[in-house]
Amino acid sequence: MIRKIALTAASALAISSGAALAAGGHAELTDLAFAHEGPFGKFDQFQLQRGLQVYTEVCSACHGLKYVPIRTLADEGGPQLPEDQVRAYAKQFTVTDRDTGEDREGVPTDHFPVSGMETAPDLSLMAKSRAGFHGPYGTGLSQLFNGMGGPEYIYSILTHYEENPECAPDGIDGYYYNTAFPNGGVPDSCKDEHGVSTVPGSWIAMPEPLSDDLVTYADGHPATVADMAEDVSSFLMWAAEPKLMDRRESGFKAVIFLIILASLLYLTNKRIWAGVKGKKAA
Amino acid sequence: MAGIPHDHYEPKTGGEKWLHKRLPIVGMLYDTIMIPTPKNLNWMWIWGIILTFCLALQIVTGIILVMHYTPHVDYAFASVEHIMRNVNGGYMIRYLHANGASLFFVAVYLHIFRGLYYGSYKAPREVTWIIGMLIYLMMMGTAFMGYVLPWGQMSFWGATVITGLFGAIPGVGGAIQTWLLGGPAVDNATLNRFFSLHYLLPFVIAALVAVHIWAFHTTGNNNPTGVEVRRGSKEEAAKDTVPFWPYYVIKDLFALAVILAVFFAIVGFMPNYLGHPDNYIEANPLATPAHIVPEWYFLPFYAILRAFTADVWVVIAAEWITFGIVDAKFFGVLAMFGAIAVMALAPWLDTSSVRSGRYRPMFKWWFALLVVDFIVLMWVGAMPAEEPYATISLIASAYWFAYFLVILPLLGVIEKPLPQPATIEDDFNAHYGKAGGSAAAHPAE
Repeated sequence: MIRKIALTAASALAISSGAALAAGGHAELTDLAFAHEGPFGKFDQFQLQRGLQVYTEVCSACHGLKYVPIRTLADEGGPQLPEDQVRAYAKQFTVTDRDTGEDREGVPTDHFPVSGMETAPDLSLMAKSRAGFHGPYGTGLSQLFNGMGGPEYIYSILTHYEENPECAPDGIDGYYYNTAFPNGGVPDSCKDEHGVSTVPGSWIAMPEPLSDDLVTYADGHPATVADMAEDVSSFLMWAAEPKLMDRRESGFKAVIFLIILASLLYLTNKRIWAGVKGKKAA
Repeated sequence: MAGIPHDHYEPKTGGEKWLHKRLPIVGMLYDTIMIPTPKNLNWMWIWGIILTFCLALQIVTGIILVMHYTPHVDYAFASVEHIMRNVNGGYMIRYLHANGASLFFVAVYLHIFRGLYYGSYKAPREVTWIIGMLIYLMMMGTAFMGYVLPWGQMSFWGATVITGLFGAIPGVGGAIQTWLLGGPAVDNATLNRFFSLHYLLPFVIAALVAVHIWAFHTTGNNNPTGVEVRRGSKEEAAKDTVPFWPYYVIKDLFALAVILAVFFAIVGFMPNYLGHPDNYIEANPLATPAHIVPEWYFLPFYAILRAFTADVWVVIAAEWITFGIVDAKFFGVLAMFGAIAVMALAPWLDTSSVRSGRYRPMFKWWFALLVVDFIVLMWVGAMPAEEPYATISLIASAYWFAYFLVILPLLGVIEKPLPQPATIEDDFNAHYGKAGGSAAAHPAE
């Protein structure tokens, strides 16, 4: 189910987020079939729990999740942790109480902490703010039909770390070469005479965060880099759009209702006009 | 209030008579709902109702959103997330409101192009047209300011770019821009005034909609033939028309249900498709997005704005003639507003005596090209400002102006129109055969 998709510079430009694609290189993204994709896709509760574990043990060292209330971990359709586990989870954080101004243990009604590292972006909405591949040619069709979006982007960033390419064996000091990252810098030696990058991706400030078996999953699931990346991407999609399944359900009900209503109105309309149009009288 | 003769409301009971003498509100509603409407209206005449629905939808969802939204640079973004996560049904309300704006513009563009094709702007409906254009302008202002409220990256930078347009006005531009923003840059003062106006303008639009409806209820609806309803007597008028209720109310409601089914599918399954993902990044005055792209419904006019760069000869000429007062930036702004102004002037630019495009063999093709032109402009508006898009947008912008300023005036002179049906009844019967209830046999042409 995994396909490599190379985005052209143009389509990546038309969409993309964040800083300049000044280098003009293209990014390589991997399309995954997530459980939540498709009109009736649902989040995989156990995958979300594993993703939460990866976030907690790895990502949260630098990245925050400030818009997500901890209590929602118990919500139906989410990781659906039992209440006592959510309380235990909240306890690990130290929170400055808004009313008293004093530090206390976290409770489920608190939000996840903000990013611990100033330059690390908050991950609450990462899956939505990177959702727009909008290719090909800015039409967004691959997003629509392949379900490509933010989770794929996150997965690709996490799994596309590679050795520095031949054109720049030393890379950029303090940065890491990633073939999926479109927004970083590219050394001049990897650009052609028009200043266009000749290598996929660019250099990113985040060092490769995952390595095989970095996390020991509570449910015994294997923990390769690809597994962890997929799980945490799925978790971050849920964090960005926790009401995804509710929304689809509402939309589905509304569409069914409207189709029935439209059918009835169609028949009513036909009958009303029959007299005027002089066709067969109803 | 309609000019077409028809039955009016007669108060019967004592209570009705009492009220009618003091406030003829029931009679007014009756006349509005029962207005004689040409019976040959096609499916392009549904958009008025769709638009009215959109306005109501936006006002209702908007009022609910305001209950949970905080117009402050530190809290706006977080309060939108609060709506999405914690408010009951908030995710649905917000997506309905955001996508409702898109539905609103889809409908208004189809409504405007309907008017352009069937000559609905021509005498005696110029006032309806002008008010419609005012509504459209207000819609654009409202939508633009609404897009700023979530305080995402595109909100912030869109506001910076668009208010910057006013800064291009020679001499006083800088002062006007500062006045609009409430400070030297887009900041809390800007967010607050945009919020205030975003709440106010829809009610101004609602008032203008009432006047818009009043105006065309006075002149009567146009119709696909462009032939006027006969007004000699009530009987004659009745042959060309049906009362709005129930005929068009039910027809329009059917159309509304179909369109809403599609709309809810988008809201339910792909609500962010029409939005820009950058708007899920909180506004950061220090990080400029690679591409500042307006919402899709502004793209055609955005393309016109960008089309006139400093190396285009008309821009060079304008700069030379005005001793440099009109530079490329200001020229672009003038072109963008001019593109809407020429559309508003269509009633006086179109010299043809024939109203409907159906009977104008040459006009048809130029009009079709205008529709294509509009779509091309929308596409290049989303593309980066580089070749070949720059040239395409220049050609497309030129055609937009040529259509209104050259083609419409000339066609009226050189075109030989096709014969029009004598009456709406003839047109209707040509489609559906003899009317059911009518005893009078109508001779074939």
